[in-house]
Amino acid sequence: MNIADIINPANLVMEKTKVMNDTPMHYCPGCSHGVVHKLIGEIIEEMDIQDKTIGIAPVGCAVFAYQYLDIDWQQAAHGRAPALATAVKRLLPDRYVFTYQGDGDLAAIGTAETIHAANRGENITIIFINNGIYGMTGGQMAPTTLQGMKSSTSPTGRDIPRNGFPLNITNLLAQLEGTCYVTRQSVHTVASVRKCKKAIQKGFENSMLNKGTSVIEIVSTCSSGWKMTPADSNDWMVENMFPAYPMGDLKNI
Amino acid sequence: MSTEKKHNTEEVRLMKGNEAIAHAAIRCGCDGYFGYPITPQSEIMETLMDLEPWNTTGMVVLQAESETASINMVYGAAGCGKKAMTSSSSPGVSLMQEGISYMVGAELPCVIVNVMRGGPGLGTIQPSQADYFQTVKGGGHGDYKLITLAPASVQEMADFMVKSFDLAFKYRTPVMILADGIIGQMMEKVVLPPFTPRWTEEEIREQTPWATLGKTPDRKPNVINSLRLEAADMEKLNLVLQSRYREIEQKEVLFEEFECADADYIIVAFGITARICQKTVELARQKGIKAGLIRPITLYPFPTAQIKEYADKVKGMISVEMSAGQMIEDVRLAVNGKVPVEFYGRMGGIVPSPEEVLEALENKLIG
Repeated sequence: MNIADIINPANLVMEKTKVMNDTPMHYCPGCSHGVVHKLIGEIIEEMDIQDKTIGIAPVGCAVFAYQYLDIDWQQAAHGRAPALATAVKRLLPDRYVFTYQGDGDLAAIGTAETIHAANRGENITIIFINNGIYGMTGGQMAPTTLQGMKSSTSPTGRDIPRNGFPLNITNLLAQLEGTCYVTRQSVHTVASVRKCKKAIQKGFENSMLNKGTSVIEIVSTCSSGWKMTPADSNDWMVENMFPAYPMGDLKNI
Repeated sequence: MSTEKKHNTEEVRLMKGNEAIAHAAIRCGCDGYFGYPITPQSEIMETLMDLEPWNTTGMVVLQAESETASINMVYGAAGCGKKAMTSSSSPGVSLMQEGISYMVGAELPCVIVNVMRGGPGLGTIQPSQADYFQTVKGGGHGDYKLITLAPASVQEMADFMVKSFDLAFKYRTPVMILADGIIGQMMEKVVLPPFTPRWTEEEIREQTPWATLGKTPDRKPNVINSLRLEAADMEKLNLVLQSRYREIEQKEVLFEEFECADADYIIVAFGITARICQKTVELARQKGIKAGLIRPITLYPFPTAQIKEYADKVKGMISVEMSAGQMIEDVRLAVNGKVPVEFYGRMGGIVPSPEEVLEALENKLIG
């Protein structure tokens, strides 16, 4: 059997979603971003909303999200994605508008924009990648970095008296009257990927129901920032991140 | 009063400059206003909220959580090809500088109204012109220029609102209306612009093919973005911006002259200060001093060539500003040492009187 026999339409069991293009990804091996991008692409294809979706990209590792998903994008200043999304959705209410943000973007520099967009109940979907570290800039401490967790700006581990507490912003967002759906997911196993996909799809659907803001936190790995192999990162995440950021729905109206 | 009725009242009205901005914005087909309260310009958002344009033209009016959020909402709206605006006063405009720089980098049109107050810091709520440098020289990071219109009357507040959107979309750039606390607060007669409908989605697709309205199968994704990782690509974007600025400098200069034809001395002043200096010119002429006035209407592009021309004809010029002397640098660059260029200004919210300007002119230029 030669390669032409193997690569044969009759043998095709799965195809990449057409909403993802062929640009090689810059994400590190083991990073969660690629999986989440794929889920968003699949949902957009399955819901047939490619011409109705506008993504807002952050500053951080996902700054290049617009290179991978074949939809219209706006790239925001650091932390400001929910402000952009607010205006886009208000002016184009029949479009699906989502932000894609990391923990530094959403929970540090963009805290005000995040909380106020959610509190106004903007009909947007916020995809929140929480890996507890600044990946793009080389592994500095993030608002969600765990107590004792090492980073390049907390080399001996996050020290509460010096650095303050990890910010559980998703819990905070669940308390706001403007949010309708707040959930915490992961993408480290096949089962968790399938659950996460359902959660993101629900967030997209909610944005057309005038119910308020949907927040999907995805507790994620950063093998490079954590200085671990991808497999070890997954184990470390389950052991250390999940107790601080437990899986499941925080709010579902 | 019904919303419909409020909109359709007389076209000729007596109102504040801030109110004129709000009325003109609705009338010129603005799609979205995003702002945060700050004195002395809060009447802009208050008037918009009172007029409820979402019930008539469909314009969105939203009170944001900060000036930072406001300008980024403007970014989002502009990215969709919408006519979006914000307004603020000096400290708030400082907060917007990041967003303005991003909008320039992403080649997005919008209108920003700055009703200036005294600074630095929290400053005063009284009028000032001390944000000239911030506006004209580029307040945010990177190489850029902002088309800047300086109204000197309530009428011009209304007129420039319309003109600013035209310029913003023509050159894909933010445009600043640089007013001050007097223009914002004083009441004058104003003829409001006629109603122009907001663009339909078809018109937006035609006018701004780069807008993010959702990717259709006939085109590639539209991406609103100011990031260029490769230096060569970043330089290319800069070259595009710079060539646009050269075109703006050639085509869009606006200024006004008063009694300049036979003048020995020329006062250069903008905004409300030009109105004051007009009186100074009259007082000077009563005393036999041949004074004239040049009022730059566009602060960028600056009427450099026009001022340069007068440098060959007069004995001296004086720049009068409500600041420590900012525009004077551009006047001196235009004059290029041919005649003395002096300065008179008041700071911190103090408004100069015509008499004290005349005294300064006599002391500094005539001696």
